[in-house]
Amino acid sequence: MKKALSLALVVVLVLSLGLTGCAPKAEAPQGGEPAAQPASDVIKIGVFEPMTGANAAGGELEVEGIKLANKLYPEVLGKKVELVIVDNKSDKVEAATAAARLVEKDKVSAIIGSWGSSLSMAAGNIVKDAKVPAVGTSCTNPLVTQGNPFYFRVCFIDPFQGTVMSNYAFNKLGAKKAAIIQEVSNDYAVGLAKFFTDNFKKLTGDENCIVAVANYNTGDQDFTAQLTNIKAQNPDVIFAPGNFTESALLIKQARQLGIKTPFIGGDTWETPEFIEIGQDAVEGSVFSTFFATEKPITTESTKFLDAYRAEFPGKEPAAVTALAYDAYLIIIKAIEAAGTADSVKIQEALLATKDFQGAAGVVNFDENRNAVKSAVLKTVKEGKFTFMDVVEPIK
Amino acid sequence: MTLDLFLQHLTNGISLGSLYALIAIGYTMVYGILRLINFAHGDIFMMSVYFAFFGVATFGMPWYAAFLLAILLTGALGILVERTAYKPIREAPKISILISAIGASFLLENLATVIFGGRPKTFPQIELFTKMVDVGAVRIQMLTFMIPVITVALLIGLLYLINHTKSGMAMRAVSKDIETARLMGIDVNRTISFTFGIGSMLAAVGGIMWGLKFPSILPLMGVIPGLKCFIAAVIGGIGNIKGAVYGGFILGVGEIMLIAFLPELTGYRDAFAFILLIVILLFRPTGIMGEKISEKV
Repeated sequence: MKKALSLALVVVLVLSLGLTGCAPKAEAPQGGEPAAQPASDVIKIGVFEPMTGANAAGGELEVEGIKLANKLYPEVLGKKVELVIVDNKSDKVEAATAAARLVEKDKVSAIIGSWGSSLSMAAGNIVKDAKVPAVGTSCTNPLVTQGNPFYFRVCFIDPFQGTVMSNYAFNKLGAKKAAIIQEVSNDYAVGLAKFFTDNFKKLTGDENCIVAVANYNTGDQDFTAQLTNIKAQNPDVIFAPGNFTESALLIKQARQLGIKTPFIGGDTWETPEFIEIGQDAVEGSVFSTFFATEKPITTESTKFLDAYRAEFPGKEPAAVTALAYDAYLIIIKAIEAAGTADSVKIQEALLATKDFQGAAGVVNFDENRNAVKSAVLKTVKEGKFTFMDVVEPIK
Repeated sequence: MTLDLFLQHLTNGISLGSLYALIAIGYTMVYGILRLINFAHGDIFMMSVYFAFFGVATFGMPWYAAFLLAILLTGALGILVERTAYKPIREAPKISILISAIGASFLLENLATVIFGGRPKTFPQIELFTKMVDVGAVRIQMLTFMIPVITVALLIGLLYLINHTKSGMAMRAVSKDIETARLMGIDVNRTISFTFGIGSMLAAVGGIMWGLKFPSILPLMGVIPGLKCFIAAVIGGIGNIKGAVYGGFILGVGEIMLIAFLPELTGYRDAFAFILLIVILLFRPTGIMGEKISEKV
């Protein structure tokens, strides 16, 4: 009996390891592993997203978009496109492993991902050394693509986003004093906070316009101490770039502590969890993002929206879903232009991309392979993300 | 820093600290009896939050019924983990049991990820617990009053159980010497299971309070509280129940005060807890209350 029990436990343990190790590999067939790439009749595209952990909701929204795009555009050059989805577990170390797996084991032609700048940066050197092009979805930190000719992205970057939000705080909210509470373990949040600060100082002409800077770590749940400090400084606005769960919790706790100051943030907030966790507290929060369903930009936008609504009735796509869709599509277009599934040729084709018509707008890469695009301001109104304004890119 | 601000920080700290204390008791009880650090404790805590969540959100039970059921289920889960992961290797070297504990922890985390999914769920908000009260210029959540009261009440109940009941006497006997206790006619296995059950039920109370206070729940949410409460137990003197409560309060208030007085060090909040652990282990490995061997349970 004892033996049977312990044996069963061992088996379950081993299984659980197997589950975490392989579970996210949703669509990769097992057979014929070592098939040489040029001879195979499928083209593999790696998808590198957080499916578990702190950023899982963001990753799932993007995978939705990628799968949808794959459904609408299942073939290129007469070959089937196969998605190899790996989970980077919202963790920088796991992200590097996941990316390495894509290029070494699965030998993908190109990679899509990831939600989260830190995760994308963890893959940077791997795609660069393997010469496999990667198209970032919603990783907005400038360092993701900087100095890495194989990393592209279909979203704008944080210097622009930081400017948009500081302009909003200064012009629309009339704020003169801002407080910042940032997810200090996340390159995205720290970068965005810095760009916000720089521009806000310029706008107010006041070196001391940032009255408080508070930090927290990914996964923290108690923010009362930081918020109590911020409350004592009495700012006009609180800029809180960071992951959606933590942001929602901290806004909730701020309201509980009696802080009535408006909260503004970045694109990471747009997940259903932000509203579910924050409930009434996040009502009126404003953030910048990439795309609003209320403002379809291209014909591709309409196509995407129709397909999405047919696929998920009663649901509206998030901006990052549209971006992920675009990331897939831009790779397909590049493969078409290159006429081959060879990674280096795809990278060259991506570099030559001009006026790509995506669901979330037209993409033209700047010299650092970042998309130059307009930003959208959204707010939470009656428990829904609601479109507010469009801000054009700075030329 | 004004007095009001300080008081606000202090209440924040006490409310966090009493949560730590509640969970730390479970660690300390198991250690007291088996000399085993039950690394799955944080994950049992996590499971309790999910049990309560499903009770209220999915099955629409009234909160008190759902919470009670969650506490009982968690107790059963604790016993199950003990029976499957620890009991079969009770005679094995300590290190094997420790590894088994880590295995049980990973198992629970991964099972939760597979079954419940990796996306955060929102713990139901119950007005009675979450509403805010103004005391002067200090804003306090009802929970902040309730958690310390519940912690102290459970502590008193537990001390009574250990010192004045037959099962408690059995627990004390087992903690001193398993072999001798067995010779004296004590059902050692039952006593150990009972300890795990009680410890896990305390973790469940802590878990439910945690869910009410921090309503976002994830399969990995038990890891950091688990480690922090382990540290709290060590600070208090692992094996000592009162010590675990003191340790919890010291850690909770200490963390909040670190941020309050040295805001630029906020990012090192978790590091602070571990540094405290190292310091305690270096200079007072028995913790602040750990000297009186007789009280160990």
